[in-house]
Amino acid sequence: MAEAVHTTMEHPASAHAALQHHFENMEQQREAGTLGMWIFLVTEIMFFGGMFMAYILYRSYNADAFAAASNRLNVTMGFINTIVLICSSLTMALAVYYSQVGKRKMIVVMLILTMMLGTTFLVVKAFEYYDKYEKSEIPGRLFPSRPFNWYAEEEHGKQVTQEPARDAATERNPQAVPTGQEQKPDASFASRAEMFFFIYFAMTGIHALHMVIGIGMLIVLTIMAWRDRFSPEYHSPVELGGLYWHFVDIVWIFLFPLLYLLGAHGISGGH
Amino acid sequence: MSEHIVSKTIYFLIFGALMVLTVLTYWVALYDFGALNVVIALAVAVTKALLVVLFFMHVRYSTRLTKIVVISGFFWLALLIVLTLSDYFTRPGTSGVGGVPASRSTR
Repeated sequence: MAEAVHTTMEHPASAHAALQHHFENMEQQREAGTLGMWIFLVTEIMFFGGMFMAYILYRSYNADAFAAASNRLNVTMGFINTIVLICSSLTMALAVYYSQVGKRKMIVVMLILTMMLGTTFLVVKAFEYYDKYEKSEIPGRLFPSRPFNWYAEEEHGKQVTQEPARDAATERNPQAVPTGQEQKPDASFASRAEMFFFIYFAMTGIHALHMVIGIGMLIVLTIMAWRDRFSPEYHSPVELGGLYWHFVDIVWIFLFPLLYLLGAHGISGGH
Repeated sequence: MSEHIVSKTIYFLIFGALMVLTVLTYWVALYDFGALNVVIALAVAVTKALLVVLFFMHVRYSTRLTKIVVISGFFWLALLIVLTLSDYFTRPGTSGVGGVPASRSTR
């Protein structure tokens, strides 16, 4: 890296074909690429960080509604998706490994496996979203007539008043009502639970968008690998694609416990 | 400094650890530790994230410059959260914990 300074814009013919003219050598190019990718990922941390911040604040003020709303999510599907994503991270890491040791076929196999696992994640997610649609648990004005007050819904036929709602709630799930605060299902319960779903759809939606972009990226990488564009000297695209894929995995690692498991101890009867 | 190739063994070990921690995440969520619920959930999640960042994302083997960028990224995230909470949780007024509009109905 610190050897002779080039005075011309051209590299000698012996240089790697992928070496860009503004880099001294392949190693410098690779390290610059990694640094640049991480700077991009830092902006992504900030991007998701804003939404996590919103989650933290609203959850801390609406603990009861958030726990109850969280229990409406399908934990099994969330759990399966977590496993699927971790598997995809492994196959992605292995794709990077095989690109480092220069095994073209194995790179392609691992990239395709990663894509399949990513697609599995999105399919499961689609079923979850559809389930929410069927249950009218979509926030906003799509279902204006259905409040997010499941306690009140159980009082079928009766008018939605505060008293029966509160009784049904405490009978059914006493753990969901934290002590010490004024937190009992009240008139504002539905809109506070709705806020959980706003955050749920925003965060999982943006996450899923990242997955879709990631799969698009994997398609390009697979084609490049198939055409034998990578070698132990040059495989930065696979490496950087891996960084992106793992980052998206990390976001889900936080989303799963924060969104799906909030009120799980309440369901199991409270220990 | 040439590129460090992480062995397949390490990848599989990390993968195993992530699987175990995922099951742990779910399992601890079934029990109520009161205020510690969040702390435990986040501790497990942070551990998993660290494993991914250090080994799958090769930060452990990266240049110092890259490490500084990564650390500063998470440091700024911490600033965002800590400073925002220190504002909201010290506001006088509603419900003992601050004055955020909890919902539409209170607006």
